Amino acid sequence: MFQALANPQRFMDFSRWAAPLVGIIAVILITVGLWLSFIVPEDYQMGDTVRMVFIHVPAAYMAMFCYACLGGASFMGLVFRHSLADAAGRACAPLGAGFTFLALVTGSLWGRPMWGTWWAWDARMTSVLVLLLLYIGYMALQAAIDDEVKAARAASILALVGLINLPIIKFSVDWWNTLHQPASVFRAGGPSMPPDYLWPLALMAIGYMALFGSLWMVRVRSEVWRKRANGLALQAAG
Amino acid sequence: MLDLDPGKYGAFLWPAFAISALVIGWMVVDSLLSARRWRKEVQRLEALRSDVRDASQP
Repeated sequence: MFQALANPQRFMDFSRWAAPLVGIIAVILITVGLWLSFIVPEDYQMGDTVRMVFIHVPAAYMAMFCYACLGGASFMGLVFRHSLADAAGRACAPLGAGFTFLALVTGSLWGRPMWGTWWAWDARMTSVLVLLLLYIGYMALQAAIDDEVKAARAASILALVGLINLPIIKFSVDWWNTLHQPASVFRAGGPSMPPDYLWPLALMAIGYMALFGSLWMVRVRSEVWRKRANGLALQAAG
Repeated sequence: MLDLDPGKYGAFLWPAFAISALVIGWMVVDSLLSARRWRKEVQRLEALRSDVRDASQP
Protein backbone atom coordinates (compact mmCIF):
# COMPACT_ATOMS: atom_id res chain seq x y z
CA MET A 1 0.00 0.00 0.00
CA PHE A 2 2.82 2.40 0.95
CA GLN A 3 4.55 1.54 -2.31
CA ALA A 4 1.37 2.38 -4.26
CA LEU A 5 0.79 5.65 -2.37
CA ALA A 6 4.40 6.74 -2.88
CA ASN A 7 3.32 7.69 -6.39
CA PRO A 8 2.15 11.34 -6.08
CA GLN A 9 -0.71 10.99 -8.58
CA ARG A 10 -2.02 7.85 -6.89
CA PHE A 11 -1.75 9.58 -3.51
CA MET A 12 -3.65 12.62 -4.79
CA ASP A 13 -6.43 10.38 -6.15
CA PHE A 14 -6.63 8.43 -2.89
CA SER A 15 -6.46 11.42 -0.52
CA ARG A 16 -9.09 13.40 -2.47
CA TRP A 17 -11.81 11.22 -0.90
CA ALA A 18 -9.89 9.72 2.07
CA ALA A 19 -8.95 13.03 3.76
CA PRO A 20 -12.55 14.34 4.11
CA LEU A 21 -13.87 10.90 5.03
CA VAL A 22 -11.31 10.43 7.83
CA GLY A 23 -11.94 14.05 8.90
CA ILE A 24 -15.67 13.35 9.30
CA ILE A 25 -14.88 10.21 11.34
CA ALA A 26 -12.59 12.35 13.54
CA VAL A 27 -15.32 14.94 14.15
CA ILE A 28 -17.83 12.23 15.13
CA LEU A 29 -15.40 10.45 17.46
CA ILE A 30 -14.21 13.65 19.16
CA THR A 31 -17.79 14.93 19.58
CA VAL A 32 -18.94 11.69 21.23
CA GLY A 33 -15.71 11.52 23.25
CA LEU A 34 -16.18 15.07 24.55
CA TRP A 35 -19.80 14.38 25.45
CA LEU A 36 -18.76 11.23 27.38
CA SER A 37 -15.95 13.22 29.04
CA PHE A 38 -18.54 15.40 30.77
CA ILE A 39 -20.89 12.54 31.62
CA VAL A 40 -18.51 10.28 33.53
CA PRO A 41 -18.50 10.74 37.32
CA GLU A 42 -15.72 12.82 38.83
CA ASP A 43 -12.76 10.89 40.22
CA TYR A 44 -12.58 10.43 43.99
CA GLN A 45 -9.00 11.75 44.05
CA MET A 46 -8.74 14.07 41.05
CA GLY A 47 -12.25 15.46 41.21
CA ASP A 48 -13.36 17.21 38.01
CA THR A 49 -9.79 17.55 36.77
CA VAL A 50 -10.12 13.95 35.57
CA ARG A 51 -11.88 15.41 32.51
CA MET A 52 -8.58 16.98 31.48
CA VAL A 53 -7.13 13.47 31.13
CA PHE A 54 -9.35 12.97 28.06
CA ILE A 55 -7.63 15.78 26.17
CA HIS A 56 -4.16 15.56 27.73
CA VAL A 57 -3.46 11.85 27.24
CA PRO A 58 -4.58 11.71 23.55
CA ALA A 59 -2.46 14.80 22.82
CA ALA A 60 0.53 13.09 24.47
CA TYR A 61 -0.06 9.88 22.48
CA MET A 62 -0.27 11.89 19.26
CA ALA A 63 2.88 13.86 20.09
CA MET A 64 4.78 10.56 20.11
CA PHE A 65 2.87 8.93 17.24
CA CYS A 66 3.47 11.94 14.96
CA TYR A 67 7.17 11.78 15.74
CA ALA A 68 7.23 8.06 14.88
CA CYS A 69 5.55 8.98 11.55
CA LEU A 70 8.10 11.76 11.04
CA GLY A 71 10.89 9.26 11.71
CA GLY A 72 9.35 6.77 9.26
CA ALA A 73 8.98 9.42 6.55
CA SER A 74 12.56 10.60 7.15
CA PHE A 75 13.86 7.05 6.86
CA MET A 76 11.95 6.49 3.61
CA GLY A 77 13.21 9.82 2.27
CA LEU A 78 16.83 9.15 3.14
CA VAL A 79 17.05 5.47 2.19
CA PHE A 80 14.50 4.93 -0.59
CA ARG A 81 14.25 8.51 -1.93
CA HIS A 82 10.47 8.19 -2.20
CA SER A 83 9.13 11.31 -3.82
CA LEU A 84 6.42 11.81 -1.21
CA ALA A 85 8.52 10.98 1.85
CA ASP A 86 10.01 14.48 2.28
CA ALA A 87 6.58 16.02 1.75
CA ALA A 88 5.15 13.65 4.38
CA GLY A 89 7.84 14.72 6.86
CA ARG A 90 7.32 18.43 6.24
CA ALA A 91 3.56 17.96 6.55
CA CYS A 92 3.84 15.98 9.78
CA ALA A 93 6.11 18.26 11.83
CA PRO A 94 3.73 21.21 12.52
CA LEU A 95 0.93 18.82 13.53
CA GLY A 96 3.25 16.93 15.87
CA ALA A 97 4.49 20.19 17.36
CA GLY A 98 0.88 21.27 17.94
CA PHE A 99 0.00 18.04 19.77
CA THR A 100 3.20 18.20 21.84
CA PHE A 101 2.44 21.80 22.83
CA LEU A 102 -1.06 20.70 23.87
CA ALA A 103 0.32 17.79 25.91
CA LEU A 104 2.64 20.16 27.78
CA VAL A 105 0.07 22.92 28.37
CA THR A 106 -2.82 20.66 29.41
CA GLY A 107 -0.42 18.67 31.60
CA SER A 108 0.69 21.88 33.27
CA LEU A 109 -2.91 22.98 33.83
CA TRP A 110 -3.63 19.58 35.37
CA GLY A 111 -0.44 19.56 37.44
CA ARG A 112 -1.07 22.87 39.19
CA PRO A 113 -4.15 21.75 41.18
CA MET A 114 -2.99 18.13 41.55
CA TRP A 115 0.74 18.43 42.24
CA GLY A 116 0.82 22.04 43.39
CA THR A 117 3.17 23.11 40.59
CA TRP A 118 2.90 24.17 36.95
CA TRP A 119 6.16 22.50 35.99
CA ALA A 120 8.87 20.21 37.33
CA TRP A 121 12.08 19.21 35.62
CA ASP A 122 11.26 15.54 35.96
CA ALA A 123 12.15 12.95 33.33
CA ARG A 124 8.72 12.68 31.63
CA MET A 125 8.04 16.40 31.32
CA THR A 126 11.61 17.25 30.31
CA SER A 127 11.72 14.53 27.64
CA VAL A 128 8.40 15.78 26.18
CA LEU A 129 9.83 19.31 26.13
CA VAL A 130 12.84 17.91 24.25
CA LEU A 131 10.35 16.36 21.78
CA LEU A 132 8.84 19.81 21.15
CA LEU A 133 12.34 21.23 20.60
CA LEU A 134 13.06 18.41 18.11
CA TYR A 135 9.94 19.31 16.12
CA ILE A 136 10.91 23.00 16.16
CA GLY A 137 14.47 22.11 15.18
CA TYR A 138 13.21 20.00 12.27
CA MET A 139 11.02 22.86 10.96
CA ALA A 140 13.76 25.46 11.52
CA LEU A 141 16.29 23.35 9.62
CA GLN A 142 13.87 22.91 6.70
CA ALA A 143 13.30 26.66 6.60
CA ALA A 144 16.95 27.65 7.02
CA ILE A 145 18.43 25.83 4.00
CA ASP A 146 17.47 27.14 0.56
CA ASP A 147 18.20 23.93 -1.33
CA GLU A 148 15.13 21.78 -0.58
CA VAL A 149 16.94 18.47 -1.15
CA LYS A 150 19.75 19.38 1.25
CA ALA A 151 17.24 20.79 3.74
CA ALA A 152 15.20 17.60 3.66
CA ARG A 153 18.31 15.46 4.13
CA ALA A 154 19.58 17.48 7.11
CA ALA A 155 16.14 17.60 8.75
CA SER A 156 15.64 13.86 8.18
CA ILE A 157 18.93 13.05 9.92
CA LEU A 158 17.86 15.21 12.88
CA ALA A 159 14.47 13.44 12.96
CA LEU A 160 16.10 10.00 12.92
CA VAL A 161 18.53 10.91 15.71
CA GLY A 162 15.59 12.28 17.72
CA LEU A 163 13.79 8.90 17.56
CA ILE A 164 15.88 7.85 20.57
CA ASN A 165 13.72 10.23 22.62
CA LEU A 166 10.54 8.15 22.09
CA PRO A 167 11.50 5.18 24.31
CA ILE A 168 12.94 7.67 26.82
CA ILE A 169 9.52 9.39 27.03
CA LYS A 170 7.64 6.09 27.26
CA PHE A 171 9.84 4.48 29.93
CA SER A 172 10.92 7.63 31.79
CA VAL A 173 8.32 6.96 34.48
CA ASP A 174 9.75 3.47 35.02
CA TRP A 175 13.45 4.29 34.78
CA TRP A 176 13.44 7.32 37.07
CA ASN A 177 11.48 8.59 40.06
CA THR A 178 9.16 11.14 38.50
CA LEU A 179 6.34 13.39 39.65
CA HIS A 180 4.39 12.12 36.65
CA GLN A 181 2.32 9.01 37.41
CA PRO A 182 3.23 5.68 35.74
CA ALA A 183 1.42 4.30 32.68
CA SER A 184 -2.23 3.46 33.39
CA VAL A 185 -3.42 2.27 29.95
CA PHE A 186 -0.60 0.62 27.95
CA ARG A 187 1.00 -1.41 30.73
CA ALA A 188 1.73 -5.04 31.57
CA GLY A 189 -1.34 -6.59 33.18
CA GLY A 190 -3.81 -4.36 31.32
CA PRO A 191 -5.16 -0.89 32.03
CA SER A 192 -5.48 0.19 35.65
CA MET A 193 -7.94 2.92 34.69
CA PRO A 194 -11.66 2.26 35.44
CA PRO A 195 -13.72 1.29 32.35
CA ASP A 196 -15.89 4.41 32.84
CA TYR A 197 -12.86 6.51 31.96
CA LEU A 198 -11.41 4.17 29.34
CA TRP A 199 -14.26 4.68 26.85
CA PRO A 200 -14.05 8.46 26.50
CA LEU A 201 -10.27 8.23 26.52
CA ALA A 202 -10.28 5.62 23.74
CA LEU A 203 -12.75 7.61 21.63
CA MET A 204 -10.77 10.83 22.04
CA ALA A 205 -7.47 9.05 21.29
CA ILE A 206 -8.83 7.44 18.10
CA GLY A 207 -10.53 10.74 17.20
CA TYR A 208 -7.25 12.66 17.58
CA MET A 209 -5.50 10.01 15.47
CA ALA A 210 -8.15 10.29 12.75
CA LEU A 211 -7.85 14.08 12.86
CA PHE A 212 -4.10 13.80 12.43
CA GLY A 213 -4.55 11.33 9.56
CA SER A 214 -6.94 13.63 7.75
CA LEU A 215 -4.85 16.79 8.27
CA TRP A 216 -1.66 14.97 7.35
CA MET A 217 -3.17 13.98 4.00
CA VAL A 218 -4.37 17.58 3.44
CA ARG A 219 -0.90 18.93 4.20
CA VAL A 220 0.86 16.37 1.97
CA ARG A 221 -1.54 17.39 -0.83
CA SER A 222 -0.55 20.98 -0.14
CA GLU A 223 3.14 20.05 -0.41
CA VAL A 224 2.55 18.25 -3.73
CA TRP A 225 0.79 21.34 -5.12
CA ARG A 226 3.54 23.61 -3.76
CA LYS A 227 6.22 21.59 -5.57
CA ARG A 228 4.13 21.53 -8.76
CA ALA A 229 3.62 25.31 -8.51
CA ASN A 230 7.35 25.87 -8.03
CA GLY A 231 8.06 23.70 -11.08
CA LEU A 232 5.52 25.58 -13.21
CA ALA A 233 6.89 28.94 -12.03
CA LEU A 234 10.40 27.85 -13.04
CA GLN A 235 9.14 26.74 -16.47
CA ALA A 236 7.36 30.08 -16.91
CA ALA A 237 10.50 32.00 -15.93
CA GLY A 238 12.68 29.91 -18.29
CA MET B 1 -26.23 13.75 32.87
CA LEU B 2 -23.82 16.41 31.64
CA ASP B 3 -21.65 17.80 34.43
CA LEU B 4 -20.46 21.23 33.25
CA ASP B 5 -19.72 22.62 36.69
CA PRO B 6 -16.13 21.75 37.61
CA GLY B 7 -16.33 23.94 40.74
CA LYS B 8 -12.96 25.16 42.03
CA TYR B 9 -11.17 23.38 39.17
CA GLY B 10 -12.90 25.47 36.49
CA ALA B 11 -9.95 27.88 36.38
CA PHE B 12 -7.76 25.00 35.15
CA LEU B 13 -10.26 22.84 33.25
CA TRP B 14 -11.79 25.45 30.92
CA PRO B 15 -8.48 26.99 29.80
CA ALA B 16 -7.20 23.47 29.00
CA PHE B 17 -10.22 22.81 26.77
CA ALA B 18 -10.10 26.32 25.27
CA ILE B 19 -6.39 26.06 24.39
CA SER B 20 -6.95 22.59 22.91
CA ALA B 21 -9.80 23.95 20.76
CA LEU B 22 -7.65 26.90 19.63
CA VAL B 23 -4.62 24.80 18.69
CA ILE B 24 -6.70 22.14 16.92
CA GLY B 25 -8.67 24.89 15.18
CA TRP B 26 -5.38 26.45 14.03
CA MET B 27 -4.18 23.07 12.70
CA VAL B 28 -7.40 22.61 10.69
CA VAL B 29 -7.57 26.17 9.32
CA ASP B 30 -3.85 26.40 8.51
CA SER B 31 -3.90 23.01 6.72
CA LEU B 32 -6.99 23.84 4.65
CA LEU B 33 -5.87 27.38 3.76
CA SER B 34 -2.40 26.21 2.75
CA ALA B 35 -3.83 23.44 0.54
CA ARG B 36 -6.29 25.86 -1.05
CA ARG B 37 -3.61 28.48 -1.66
CA TRP B 38 -1.26 26.08 -3.48
CA ARG B 39 -4.07 24.43 -5.45
CA LYS B 40 -5.17 27.86 -6.71
CA GLU B 41 -1.56 28.76 -7.52
CA VAL B 42 -1.14 25.57 -9.60
CA GLN B 43 -4.42 26.32 -11.43
CA ARG B 44 -3.27 29.90 -12.12
CA LEU B 45 0.12 28.82 -13.44
CA GLU B 46 -1.39 26.05 -15.58
CA ALA B 47 -3.87 28.53 -17.08
CA LEU B 48 -1.00 30.94 -17.75
CA ARG B 49 0.99 28.19 -19.46
CA SER B 50 -1.90 27.18 -21.72
CA ASP B 51 -2.48 30.88 -22.61
CA VAL B 52 1.17 31.23 -23.60
CA ARG B 53 0.98 28.00 -25.63
CA ASP B 54 -2.17 29.17 -27.44
CA ALA B 55 -0.64 32.57 -28.19
CA SER B 56 2.56 31.04 -29.63
CA GLN B 57 0.64 28.83 -32.11
CA PRO B 58 0.25 30.34 -35.59
